Amino acid sequence: MSDMEEHDERVFRLTRRKALKGLALGIGTMVLPAKDASASVWESFFQKHFRELGRLERQKILARLEKEYSAQYKKSVRVKDTPPPEGVLFGYALDLSRCVGCRRCVYGCVTENNQSRDPQIHWIKVLRLSKERGVDLEHSEQYYNPATVPQEGYFYMPVQCQQCENPPCTKVCPVQATWKETDGIVVVDYNWCIGCRYCMAACPYGARHFNWKKPGLPAGDMNPETHYLGNRPRPVGVVEKCTFCMQRTREPDGHYPACLEVCPVGARKFGNLLDPTSEIRNVIENKRVFILKEDLNTQPKFYYFYSV
Amino acid sequence: MFDMAEAARREFWLSPPKMESDESYMVPPPPFTEGIFPCSECHKEMRPNPKRRELKEEHTNIQLKNHAEKERWCLDCHDMNNRDKLRLVSGEQIDFTESYRLCGQCHGDKYRDWKTGIHGKRTGQWNGKKQYLLCAHCHNPHNPRFKELQPKPPPMRPENIR
Repeated sequence: MSDMEEHDERVFRLTRRKALKGLALGIGTMVLPAKDASASVWESFFQKHFRELGRLERQKILARLEKEYSAQYKKSVRVKDTPPPEGVLFGYALDLSRCVGCRRCVYGCVTENNQSRDPQIHWIKVLRLSKERGVDLEHSEQYYNPATVPQEGYFYMPVQCQQCENPPCTKVCPVQATWKETDGIVVVDYNWCIGCRYCMAACPYGARHFNWKKPGLPAGDMNPETHYLGNRPRPVGVVEKCTFCMQRTREPDGHYPACLEVCPVGARKFGNLLDPTSEIRNVIENKRVFILKEDLNTQPKFYYFYSV
Repeated sequence: MFDMAEAARREFWLSPPKMESDESYMVPPPPFTEGIFPCSECHKEMRPNPKRRELKEEHTNIQLKNHAEKERWCLDCHDMNNRDKLRLVSGEQIDFTESYRLCGQCHGDKYRDWKTGIHGKRTGQWNGKKQYLLCAHCHNPHNPRFKELQPKPPPMRPENIR
Protein backbone atom coordinates (compact mmCIF):
# COMPACT_ATOMS: atom_id res chain seq x y z
CA MET A 1 0.00 0.00 0.00
CA SER A 2 1.60 3.24 -1.07
CA ASP A 3 1.40 6.61 0.65
CA MET A 4 -0.61 7.89 -2.21
CA GLU A 5 -3.45 5.42 -1.75
CA GLU A 6 -3.62 6.05 2.00
CA HIS A 7 -4.02 9.72 1.39
CA ASP A 8 -6.78 9.12 -1.14
CA GLU A 9 -8.89 7.23 1.34
CA ARG A 10 -8.87 10.07 3.80
CA VAL A 11 -10.06 12.62 1.21
CA PHE A 12 -13.85 12.93 1.00
CA ARG A 13 -14.88 12.13 -2.53
CA LEU A 14 -18.35 13.15 -3.57
CA THR A 15 -19.68 10.24 -5.48
CA ARG A 16 -23.08 9.92 -7.10
CA ARG A 17 -23.98 7.37 -4.45
CA LYS A 18 -23.15 9.71 -1.56
CA ALA A 19 -25.01 12.61 -3.19
CA LEU A 20 -28.19 10.60 -3.51
CA LYS A 21 -27.86 9.48 0.10
CA GLY A 22 -27.54 13.08 1.24
CA LEU A 23 -30.50 14.20 -0.86
CA ALA A 24 -32.68 11.46 0.58
CA LEU A 25 -31.61 12.42 4.10
CA GLY A 26 -32.39 16.08 3.40
CA ILE A 27 -35.87 15.37 2.09
CA GLY A 28 -36.41 13.07 5.03
CA THR A 29 -35.73 15.85 7.55
CA MET A 30 -37.99 18.23 5.61
CA VAL A 31 -40.86 15.79 5.73
CA LEU A 32 -40.41 15.05 9.43
CA PRO A 33 -42.52 17.95 10.81
CA ALA A 34 -45.44 16.86 8.66
CA LYS A 35 -46.09 14.01 11.09
CA ASP A 36 -47.13 16.26 13.94
CA ALA A 37 -47.96 19.43 11.95
CA SER A 38 -51.26 19.94 10.17
CA ALA A 39 -51.63 20.55 6.47
CA SER A 40 -51.82 24.28 7.21
CA VAL A 41 -48.06 24.39 7.66
CA TRP A 42 -47.64 23.34 4.06
CA GLU A 43 -50.42 25.62 2.89
CA SER A 44 -48.79 28.64 4.48
CA PHE A 45 -45.39 27.54 3.14
CA PHE A 46 -46.63 27.55 -0.43
CA GLN A 47 -48.83 30.66 -0.03
CA LYS A 48 -48.41 33.22 -2.81
CA HIS A 49 -47.60 36.90 -2.28
CA PHE A 50 -50.56 38.66 -0.70
CA ARG A 51 -51.07 41.04 -3.59
CA GLU A 52 -51.14 38.25 -6.12
CA LEU A 53 -53.92 36.38 -4.37
CA GLY A 54 -57.37 36.12 -5.84
CA ARG A 55 -60.49 36.72 -3.78
CA LEU A 56 -61.16 33.03 -3.18
CA GLU A 57 -57.56 32.31 -2.30
CA ARG A 58 -57.61 35.14 0.24
CA GLN A 59 -60.81 33.86 1.79
CA LYS A 60 -59.28 30.44 2.14
CA ILE A 61 -56.18 31.86 3.81
CA LEU A 62 -58.21 34.02 6.18
CA ALA A 63 -60.38 31.05 7.11
CA ARG A 64 -57.28 28.97 7.77
CA LEU A 65 -55.77 31.68 9.98
CA GLU A 66 -59.04 32.21 11.85
CA LYS A 67 -59.19 28.51 12.60
CA GLU A 68 -55.58 28.45 13.71
CA TYR A 69 -55.80 31.53 15.96
CA SER A 70 -59.17 30.53 17.41
CA ALA A 71 -57.72 27.21 18.49
CA GLN A 72 -54.57 28.82 19.83
CA TYR A 73 -56.27 31.61 21.82
CA LYS A 74 -59.43 29.69 22.69
CA LYS A 75 -61.80 32.38 21.44
CA SER A 76 -63.48 33.28 18.17
CA VAL A 77 -60.83 35.28 16.29
CA ARG A 78 -61.70 37.28 13.20
CA VAL A 79 -59.09 38.01 10.51
CA LYS A 80 -60.18 40.66 8.00
CA ASP A 81 -58.57 41.78 4.78
CA THR A 82 -60.59 45.01 4.41
CA PRO A 83 -59.07 46.88 1.44
CA PRO A 84 -58.15 50.59 1.62
CA PRO A 85 -61.25 52.81 1.40
CA GLU A 86 -61.68 54.81 -1.83
CA GLY A 87 -60.64 58.45 -1.81
CA VAL A 88 -58.97 58.26 1.57
CA LEU A 89 -55.41 59.12 2.52
CA PHE A 90 -54.95 58.71 6.24
CA GLY A 91 -53.10 61.36 8.21
CA TYR A 92 -52.30 61.81 11.86
CA ALA A 93 -51.54 64.90 13.89
CA LEU A 94 -50.15 65.19 17.38
CA ASP A 95 -50.38 68.31 19.51
CA LEU A 96 -47.04 68.82 21.24
CA SER A 97 -48.44 71.66 23.33
CA ARG A 98 -50.94 69.22 24.90
CA CYS A 99 -49.09 65.91 25.27
CA VAL A 100 -48.15 65.27 28.90
CA GLY A 101 -46.09 62.13 28.30
CA CYS A 102 -48.32 59.78 30.31
CA ARG A 103 -47.75 56.81 27.93
CA ARG A 104 -51.43 55.83 27.90
CA CYS A 105 -51.13 55.61 24.10
CA VAL A 106 -48.23 53.15 24.32
CA TYR A 107 -50.20 50.63 26.32
CA GLY A 108 -53.49 51.31 24.52
CA CYS A 109 -51.69 50.35 21.34
CA VAL A 110 -50.22 47.19 22.83
CA THR A 111 -53.67 46.03 23.95
CA GLU A 112 -55.34 46.80 20.64
CA ASN A 113 -52.64 45.48 18.35
CA ASN A 114 -51.63 42.23 20.05
CA GLN A 115 -48.00 43.11 20.55
CA SER A 116 -45.81 40.66 22.38
CA ARG A 117 -45.95 41.34 26.13
CA ASP A 118 -42.87 39.27 26.80
CA PRO A 119 -40.44 39.97 25.21
CA GLN A 120 -41.80 43.48 25.27
CA ILE A 121 -42.61 45.26 22.01
CA HIS A 122 -43.97 48.82 21.90
CA TRP A 123 -44.95 50.47 18.64
CA ILE A 124 -45.06 53.93 20.25
CA LYS A 125 -42.06 55.53 21.91
CA VAL A 126 -42.62 58.65 23.99
CA LEU A 127 -39.59 60.92 24.01
CA ARG A 128 -39.01 63.48 26.71
CA LEU A 129 -37.35 66.62 25.40
CA SER A 130 -36.22 69.68 27.27
CA LYS A 131 -37.97 72.93 26.45
CA GLU A 132 -34.64 74.66 26.38
CA ARG A 133 -33.25 72.50 23.59
CA GLY A 134 -36.48 72.04 21.64
CA VAL A 135 -36.88 69.13 19.24
CA ASP A 136 -33.38 67.75 19.67
CA LEU A 137 -33.64 63.99 19.33
CA GLU A 138 -30.02 63.43 20.33
CA HIS A 139 -30.90 64.57 23.83
CA SER A 140 -34.24 62.82 24.12
CA GLU A 141 -35.03 60.43 26.96
CA GLN A 142 -37.54 57.61 26.66
CA TYR A 143 -37.03 55.90 30.03
CA TYR A 144 -38.19 58.83 32.19
CA ASN A 145 -40.24 57.71 35.17
CA PRO A 146 -41.25 60.48 37.58
CA ALA A 147 -44.17 60.24 40.02
CA THR A 148 -46.28 62.57 37.91
CA VAL A 149 -46.12 64.11 34.46
CA PRO A 150 -45.73 66.64 32.91
CA GLN A 151 -42.45 67.68 34.53
CA GLU A 152 -41.37 71.27 34.69
CA GLY A 153 -39.14 72.27 31.81
CA TYR A 154 -39.89 69.29 29.57
CA PHE A 155 -42.23 68.46 26.74
CA TYR A 156 -43.06 65.09 25.29
CA MET A 157 -43.05 63.73 21.79
CA PRO A 158 -44.56 60.33 21.01
CA VAL A 159 -42.99 58.72 17.93
CA GLN A 160 -44.52 55.87 15.99
CA CYS A 161 -44.63 54.86 12.32
CA GLN A 162 -44.90 58.07 10.32
CA GLN A 163 -46.57 56.30 7.35
CA CYS A 164 -44.25 58.05 4.91
CA GLU A 165 -45.45 58.88 1.42
CA ASN A 166 -41.90 58.06 0.32
CA PRO A 167 -41.04 55.21 2.69
CA PRO A 168 -37.41 54.08 2.74
CA CYS A 169 -38.34 50.85 4.51
CA THR A 170 -40.33 49.37 1.64
CA LYS A 171 -37.59 50.08 -0.89
CA VAL A 172 -35.00 47.95 0.86
CA CYS A 173 -37.15 44.87 1.38
CA PRO A 174 -35.55 42.13 -0.74
CA VAL A 175 -38.78 40.16 -1.02
CA GLN A 176 -41.40 42.94 -1.18
CA ALA A 177 -43.02 41.77 2.01
CA THR A 178 -43.77 45.40 2.94
CA TRP A 179 -45.43 48.05 0.82
CA LYS A 180 -47.52 51.21 0.92
CA GLU A 181 -51.25 50.79 0.38
CA THR A 182 -53.44 53.30 -1.49
CA ASP A 183 -54.74 54.80 1.76
CA GLY A 184 -51.13 55.59 2.65
CA ILE A 185 -50.61 52.89 5.28
CA VAL A 186 -47.33 50.97 5.09
CA VAL A 187 -48.05 47.31 5.79
CA VAL A 188 -46.13 44.10 6.35
CA ASP A 189 -47.21 40.64 5.25
CA TYR A 190 -46.01 38.51 8.14
CA ASN A 191 -46.29 35.39 6.00
CA TRP A 192 -43.93 36.83 3.42
CA CYS A 193 -41.40 38.58 5.68
CA ILE A 194 -38.10 36.70 5.88
CA GLY A 195 -36.87 38.62 8.92
CA CYS A 196 -33.77 40.19 7.38
CA ARG A 197 -34.47 43.49 9.21
CA TYR A 198 -33.21 45.66 6.36
CA CYS A 199 -36.37 47.76 6.78
CA MET A 200 -35.53 48.40 10.42
CA ALA A 201 -32.15 49.73 9.39
CA ALA A 202 -33.73 51.89 6.70
CA CYS A 203 -36.41 53.45 8.92
CA PRO A 204 -35.18 56.79 10.29
CA TYR A 205 -37.84 56.79 13.03
CA GLY A 206 -37.15 53.45 14.73
CA ALA A 207 -40.75 52.55 14.05
CA ARG A 208 -40.26 48.92 13.05
CA HIS A 209 -39.88 46.13 15.58
CA PHE A 210 -38.63 42.60 15.31
CA ASN A 211 -40.00 39.48 16.93
CA TRP A 212 -36.80 37.96 18.25
CA LYS A 213 -38.81 35.30 20.05
CA LYS A 214 -42.23 33.79 19.65
CA PRO A 215 -44.49 36.64 20.82
CA GLY A 216 -45.68 36.20 24.38
CA LEU A 217 -49.36 37.06 24.12
CA PRO A 218 -51.60 35.65 26.87
CA ALA A 219 -54.84 34.28 25.41
CA GLY A 220 -56.90 36.42 27.76
CA ASP A 221 -55.27 39.64 26.52
CA MET A 222 -55.59 38.81 22.84
CA ASN A 223 -57.76 41.19 20.79
CA PRO A 224 -59.79 38.88 18.53
CA GLU A 225 -60.74 41.62 16.02
CA THR A 226 -57.78 41.51 13.62
CA HIS A 227 -56.62 42.42 10.14
CA TYR A 228 -54.35 40.24 8.00
CA LEU A 229 -51.93 43.13 7.37
CA GLY A 230 -52.37 44.61 10.82
CA ASN A 231 -52.80 43.27 14.31
CA ARG A 232 -53.17 39.53 13.78
CA PRO A 233 -50.82 37.45 15.93
CA ARG A 234 -47.30 37.47 14.53
CA PRO A 235 -44.94 34.51 14.24
CA VAL A 236 -41.37 34.62 15.48
CA GLY A 237 -38.83 36.23 13.16
CA VAL A 238 -40.93 38.88 11.43
CA VAL A 239 -40.99 42.67 11.54
CA GLU A 240 -44.07 44.56 12.71
CA LYS A 241 -45.16 48.20 12.91
CA CYS A 242 -48.00 50.65 13.48
CA THR A 243 -50.78 50.49 10.86
CA PHE A 244 -52.93 53.38 12.12
CA CYS A 245 -55.14 50.61 13.60
CA MET A 246 -56.39 49.56 10.18
CA GLN A 247 -58.65 46.94 11.76
CA ARG A 248 -60.61 49.91 13.16
CA THR A 249 -60.02 52.78 10.75
CA ARG A 250 -60.63 50.91 7.49
CA GLU A 251 -64.09 49.72 8.46
CA PRO A 252 -67.15 51.53 7.06
CA ASP A 253 -67.93 52.90 10.54
CA GLY A 254 -64.27 54.00 10.73
CA HIS A 255 -63.34 54.27 14.37
CA TYR A 256 -60.41 56.36 15.51
CA PRO A 257 -57.13 54.54 16.25
CA ALA A 258 -56.78 53.15 19.76
CA CYS A 259 -53.96 55.53 20.74
CA LEU A 260 -56.17 58.50 19.92
CA GLU A 261 -59.15 57.22 21.89
CA VAL A 262 -57.08 56.53 24.99
CA CYS A 263 -55.26 59.89 25.07
CA PRO A 264 -56.46 61.75 28.18
CA VAL A 265 -55.53 65.20 26.89
CA GLY A 266 -56.88 64.92 23.35
CA ALA A 267 -53.49 65.59 21.80
CA ARG A 268 -54.00 63.12 18.96
CA LYS A 269 -55.94 63.92 15.79
CA PHE A 270 -56.72 61.62 12.89
CA GLY A 271 -58.55 61.79 9.62
CA ASN A 272 -58.65 61.87 5.85
CA LEU A 273 -56.09 64.19 4.27
CA LEU A 274 -58.16 64.34 1.07
CA ASP A 275 -61.25 65.67 2.86
CA PRO A 276 -60.96 69.48 3.14
CA THR A 277 -63.42 69.54 6.06
CA SER A 278 -61.55 66.99 8.19
CA GLU A 279 -59.95 67.98 11.47
CA ILE A 280 -56.54 66.87 10.20
CA ARG A 281 -56.76 69.32 7.30
CA ASN A 282 -57.91 71.99 9.72
CA VAL A 283 -54.82 71.39 11.82
CA ILE A 284 -52.45 71.47 8.84
CA GLU A 285 -53.99 74.61 7.40
CA ASN A 286 -54.35 76.61 10.61
CA LYS A 287 -51.71 75.52 13.09
CA ARG A 288 -47.94 75.53 13.29
CA VAL A 289 -47.05 72.12 11.91
CA PHE A 290 -43.82 70.26 11.36
CA ILE A 291 -42.82 66.78 10.27
CA LEU A 292 -40.01 64.78 11.75
CA LYS A 293 -36.70 64.63 9.86
CA GLU A 294 -38.11 66.57 6.95
CA ASP A 295 -34.66 66.75 5.35
CA LEU A 296 -34.75 63.02 4.58
CA ASN A 297 -37.61 63.52 2.12
CA THR A 298 -39.58 60.64 3.59
CA GLN A 299 -42.71 62.82 3.51
CA PRO A 300 -44.40 61.53 6.68
CA LYS A 301 -48.17 61.69 7.06
CA PHE A 302 -47.70 62.13 10.79
CA TYR A 303 -47.78 65.83 11.65
CA TYR A 304 -46.64 67.38 14.89
CA PHE A 305 -48.30 70.68 15.73
CA TYR A 306 -48.70 73.32 18.39
CA SER A 307 -52.27 74.35 19.12
CA VAL A 308 -51.19 77.42 21.05
CA MET B 1 -66.85 107.31 16.62
CA PHE B 2 -65.72 105.57 19.79
CA ASP B 3 -69.22 105.76 21.19
CA MET B 4 -70.57 104.09 18.08
CA ALA B 5 -68.26 101.15 18.52
CA GLU B 6 -69.10 100.98 22.19
CA ALA B 7 -72.79 100.97 21.38
CA ALA B 8 -72.34 98.25 18.81
CA ARG B 9 -70.47 96.12 21.29
CA ARG B 10 -73.13 96.63 23.90
CA GLU B 11 -75.77 95.77 21.34
CA PHE B 12 -73.91 92.56 20.54
CA TRP B 13 -73.78 91.43 24.14
CA LEU B 14 -77.37 92.33 24.82
CA SER B 15 -78.62 90.37 21.83
CA PRO B 16 -75.96 87.89 20.84
CA PRO B 17 -76.24 86.16 17.47
CA LYS B 18 -78.37 83.06 17.75
CA MET B 19 -76.30 80.81 15.49
CA GLU B 20 -75.05 78.71 18.41
CA SER B 21 -78.39 77.10 19.05
CA ASP B 22 -78.44 75.42 15.62
CA GLU B 23 -75.27 73.55 16.37
CA SER B 24 -75.35 70.62 18.66
CA TYR B 25 -72.47 68.52 19.84
CA MET B 26 -72.67 65.00 21.13
CA VAL B 27 -71.51 65.33 24.72
CA PRO B 28 -71.84 63.03 27.71
CA PRO B 29 -73.74 64.32 30.75
CA PRO B 30 -71.94 67.04 32.71
CA PRO B 31 -69.62 65.73 35.46
CA PHE B 32 -71.69 66.69 38.50
CA THR B 33 -70.70 65.70 41.99
CA GLU B 34 -73.03 62.86 42.85
CA GLY B 35 -76.38 63.92 44.23
CA ILE B 36 -75.78 67.64 43.77
CA PHE B 37 -78.05 68.23 40.81
CA PRO B 38 -80.70 69.66 40.51
CA CYS B 39 -79.35 72.58 42.49
CA SER B 40 -82.84 74.00 42.92
CA GLU B 41 -83.69 71.17 45.30
CA CYS B 42 -81.89 73.06 48.08
CA HIS B 43 -81.81 76.51 46.59
CA LYS B 44 -85.55 76.95 45.97
CA GLU B 45 -86.13 77.45 49.70
CA MET B 46 -83.36 80.02 50.01
CA ARG B 47 -83.35 83.67 49.31
CA PRO B 48 -80.48 84.46 46.96
CA ASN B 49 -77.74 86.52 48.53
CA PRO B 50 -75.82 88.26 45.75
CA LYS B 51 -73.15 89.52 48.10
CA ARG B 52 -69.66 88.25 47.43
CA ARG B 53 -68.48 86.23 50.43
CA GLU B 54 -66.69 83.14 51.56
CA LEU B 55 -69.01 80.15 51.69
CA LYS B 56 -68.84 78.62 55.16
CA GLU B 57 -71.72 76.15 55.34
CA GLU B 58 -72.12 74.56 51.91
CA HIS B 59 -69.85 74.08 48.89
CA THR B 60 -66.84 74.50 51.13
CA ASN B 61 -64.91 72.08 48.94
CA ILE B 62 -65.11 74.44 45.99
CA GLN B 63 -61.90 76.42 45.77
CA LEU B 64 -61.58 78.99 43.04
CA LYS B 65 -58.02 78.60 41.78
CA ASN B 66 -55.98 79.27 38.67
CA HIS B 67 -58.98 81.06 37.22
CA ALA B 68 -58.76 84.76 38.10
CA GLU B 69 -60.18 83.95 41.51
CA LYS B 70 -59.91 87.55 42.68
CA GLU B 71 -62.38 88.62 40.01
CA ARG B 72 -64.62 85.52 39.91
CA TRP B 73 -67.69 84.88 41.93
CA CYS B 74 -70.32 82.10 41.77
CA LEU B 75 -72.96 84.26 40.18
CA ASP B 76 -70.73 85.21 37.25
CA CYS B 77 -71.56 81.84 35.78
CA HIS B 78 -74.42 80.40 37.86
CA ASP B 79 -77.78 82.04 37.39
CA MET B 80 -79.01 83.70 40.57
CA ASN B 81 -82.71 83.01 40.11
CA ASN B 82 -82.64 79.64 38.39
CA ARG B 83 -79.92 77.60 40.01
CA ASP B 84 -80.30 74.75 37.55
CA LYS B 85 -79.00 76.97 34.77
CA LEU B 86 -75.84 78.74 33.85
CA ARG B 87 -75.89 82.36 32.82
CA LEU B 88 -74.13 83.96 29.89
CA VAL B 89 -72.93 87.56 30.04
CA SER B 90 -75.86 88.42 27.79
CA GLY B 91 -78.24 87.22 30.49
CA GLU B 92 -79.27 84.17 28.50
CA GLN B 93 -79.81 81.09 30.61
CA ILE B 94 -78.25 77.89 29.33
CA ASP B 95 -78.19 74.28 30.47
CA PHE B 96 -75.13 72.70 32.04
CA THR B 97 -74.96 70.49 28.95
CA GLU B 98 -74.14 73.62 26.93
CA SER B 99 -71.50 74.92 29.30
CA TYR B 100 -69.00 75.24 26.44
CA ARG B 101 -70.86 78.37 25.37
CA LEU B 102 -70.20 79.87 28.78
CA CYS B 103 -66.48 79.03 28.72
CA GLY B 104 -66.28 80.17 25.11
CA GLN B 105 -67.25 83.70 26.09
CA CYS B 106 -63.72 84.33 27.33
CA HIS B 107 -61.76 81.46 25.78
CA GLY B 108 -62.79 82.16 22.22
CA ASP B 109 -59.74 80.59 20.61
CA LYS B 110 -60.18 77.36 22.55
CA TYR B 111 -63.91 77.34 21.78
CA ARG B 112 -63.18 77.73 18.07
CA ASP B 113 -60.63 74.89 18.16
CA TRP B 114 -62.91 72.73 20.29
CA LYS B 115 -65.74 73.04 17.77
CA THR B 116 -63.52 71.83 14.92
CA GLY B 117 -62.06 69.07 17.06
CA ILE B 118 -58.54 70.44 17.55
CA HIS B 119 -58.81 71.35 21.22
CA GLY B 120 -59.92 68.55 23.47
CA LYS B 121 -60.56 64.87 23.11
CA ARG B 122 -63.04 63.44 20.66
CA THR B 123 -63.85 59.80 20.26
CA GLY B 124 -66.00 57.85 17.85
CA GLN B 125 -65.68 57.72 14.09
CA TRP B 126 -63.17 59.66 12.03
CA ASN B 127 -65.64 59.58 9.15
CA GLY B 128 -68.86 59.97 11.11
CA LYS B 129 -70.32 60.57 14.54
CA LYS B 130 -67.97 61.98 17.09
CA GLN B 131 -68.39 62.27 20.80
CA TYR B 132 -67.19 65.56 22.25
CA LEU B 133 -66.39 66.22 25.87
CA LEU B 134 -67.50 69.30 27.77
CA CYS B 135 -64.73 71.64 28.94
CA ALA B 136 -65.64 70.59 32.48
CA HIS B 137 -64.89 66.93 31.81
CA CYS B 138 -61.16 67.68 31.68
CA HIS B 139 -60.95 71.06 33.44
CA ASN B 140 -62.55 71.53 36.83
CA PRO B 141 -64.38 74.80 36.12
CA HIS B 142 -63.49 76.11 39.59
CA ASN B 143 -59.83 75.12 39.19
CA PRO B 144 -59.25 74.57 35.51
CA ARG B 145 -55.58 73.70 35.36
CA PHE B 146 -55.13 70.19 34.00
CA LYS B 147 -54.26 67.75 36.78
CA GLU B 148 -50.93 65.98 36.70
CA LEU B 149 -50.99 62.29 35.88
CA GLN B 150 -49.03 59.28 36.92
CA PRO B 151 -47.19 57.99 33.85
CA LYS B 152 -47.43 54.38 32.76
CA PRO B 153 -44.22 52.37 33.24
CA PRO B 154 -41.31 53.16 30.92
CA PRO B 155 -40.32 50.63 28.27
CA MET B 156 -37.79 47.97 29.18
CA ARG B 157 -34.25 48.71 28.18
CA PRO B 158 -33.12 46.47 25.32
CA GLU B 159 -30.37 44.97 27.45
CA ASN B 160 -33.00 43.73 29.91
CA ILE B 161 -35.16 42.05 27.30
CA ARG B 162 -34.39 38.37 27.15
